Formats: sequence, C-alpha cells, structure tokens
Amino acid sequence: MRFVLAFMRFWYDFVVGDDGWIAAGVAVILGIGAALVSADVLADAVLTPLMAVAIVAVVMARVVAGARSSSRNSDRAGVPVDLRDR
Amino acid sequence: MSLDAIDLGLMAAVILASAVEFVEALTIVLAMGVSRGWRSTLIGTGLALVGLALVTVVAGYALVEWLPESLLQLFIGTLLLIFGLQWLRKAILRSSGLKALHNEDEEYRAQQAAAQRAGHDERLGLDWFAFVVSFKGVFLEGLEVVFIVITFGLNADSIPTAAAGAGVAAAIVLIVGAIAHRPLSNIPENTLKFAVGVLLSTFGTFWAVEGLGVFAAGSESLEWPVGDLWLVILLVAYVVLSRLAVATLRRGSGPGRPAAVPAD
Repeated sequence: MRFVLAFMRFWYDFVVGDDGWIAAGVAVILGIGAALVSADVLADAVLTPLMAVAIVAVVMARVVAGARSSSRNSDRAGVPVDLRDR
Repeated sequence: MSLDAIDLGLMAAVILASAVEFVEALTIVLAMGVSRGWRSTLIGTGLALVGLALVTVVAGYALVEWLPESLLQLFIGTLLLIFGLQWLRKAILRSSGLKALHNEDEEYRAQQAAAQRAGHDERLGLDWFAFVVSFKGVFLEGLEVVFIVITFGLNADSIPTAAAGAGVAAAIVLIVGAIAHRPLSNIPENTLKFAVGVLLSTFGTFWAVEGLGVFAAGSESLEWPVGDLWLVILLVAYVVLSRLAVATLRRGSGPGRPAAVPAD
C-alpha cells in the first residue's frame, strides 16, 4: 500500500508539481468544454478559440496570483514560502 | 522530407528540453565519475539509458494501441499542458527573482561533497554509491525527456523524430561536456526552460482542445478555425502573457522581500 501511495505521489509531483490549482483550473475548463461539446451547442470554430482563451487566461492569472500569495505569506512569516511550495 | 509547424515545434521542444535535462544529468555523472571512479558511474548511466529507452517503447506503443485518436489528443494534450505549465511557472518565478536560478557549479560541489563523505560499499563488483547515484540521476532527469518524447511524438505521430531530437541534444551535451570536462554552467538554463515551457503549453493547449471532440457524437477531433495557425497565436499569447507576468511580479518585489529560495 505504501509503495502504491509513493508511486502515485511521485507521478503527481512529476506531472502536476508545486501548484495543483493550475491543474485544477485546466481540468475545470476542459470539463466545461466537454459538456459544451456533448450538448452540441457551439460550432467548432467558436468553441476551440473560446477554450484556448479560457485556458491561457486562467492559468496565467493563477501563476501570478500563486506567486503573489507565496510572496505575501513569506513576508508575514519572515521565511520564503516557496520552501513549502515543493 | 518537408517539416511543418508541428514537426518544427516538436524538434525544438524536444532538443531544448533534452539539453536542459542532460546538462543536469551530466553534472551528477561528472561529480560521481571524478570523485568515485568512472566504471561504476558509467555502468549506472548506461543502465539508466537502457531503462529510459524501454519505458519510451513500452509506454509509447501501449498508449497508441489502447487509445483512439481524439482521446489520445485529450489525454496526452492535457498532460503536456499541465507539465509544460510547471516549467513555465518555475521559469517565470526565476525570471522575476522569486526563485533562485539553478546553479550547476553549486550542484556539482554538493554532489562531490556527498560522494566524498559516503563510505565504500561494494556490491556486484561495483562501487554501489556511484552506481546508484548516477543511475537515479540519469533516470530521473531522463524521465522528463521521455515524457516529452512520448507525448509530443504520439500526438504528432512521430516518435522517431522526437527520439532523434533527444538523441541530438544528448550528443551535443556529451561532446561539449567531454571537451569542457566540467559542469556546463554557462548555458542560459532559465531561458531554455522558459522556451520549453511555452512550447509544451502551446502544443498541450492545442491538442487538449482538439481532443474534446471525443465527447461529440462521432468522437472526431474538433477543428480549429484556421488550422495550425492557432499554434502561432497560442505561442505568442503565452510569450506575451509570461513576459507581462514577470514584469508584474518584479514590480511587486519590494526591498523588504526575503531572498529567493534555492533552485530545485
């Protein structure tokens, strides 16, 4: 059991890395996209650019927000929060 | 043979990513070889390379056999996107001063010190410390290359091209490393990582969105309105927004900020 957990932990760290919110954001947007495709409410020519803009905007906003929040917390604690960010 | 945008992006991403990872692996191998001797170090390195080749072949062909095209695009595209964003995020943090730059000289000294402290444990006729450290170092650094080779190669339907890109990068790093006989600390590592992060995120976004077609009635991949030109649009968007992110984060760093933490 410990081996399975360690194996899953390794792959989570390897693919997702330090900021799970970025992966979560991508998953939510693709989930919405999947629902829109299933419902067949938008043409490909509209849906694909819409998805692209949503993904790029959300992940870049999260990168900045995550870095700022780490920076603020580290100022308060007097230690670089990025150490806990691994 | 003509190369299209996807082939060029594939080669560029694989060569750059492989070069970065091989430079890091070379640092570990050099430190072990110089401190503990070359025989066990090179055997560990060779076995790691064989293991990586096996992982590439088995995982690559298993995925092709099991997954239909649109599901493969969605699955692999999403993994590539999340993985690429990890590279891009770290490159942005390093460029904005919130994370220390990776220092190969420092890493080399740390590895050498550890090698000199470690006792002598001989197993199977090998210096076990040198063997294990070089095997693990090469295998783990190489795993990122394998991941990129498989994900890019499968989606672009060109694993041999991707593998060739990795081979070219390995050869360049090995030749330069052999000539220099020291860690390659003067390469612009963060710039390379930034470029790789942008390329992986661009192609990951492109393929993941295309792969959403698996949820449509016929399970056919979605069509982009102007085809591969969207790759260029995505690339430019990621570059511009990343530079803006770096500028924004730099502005937010005041004089009282703690120093950047060491690189990982």
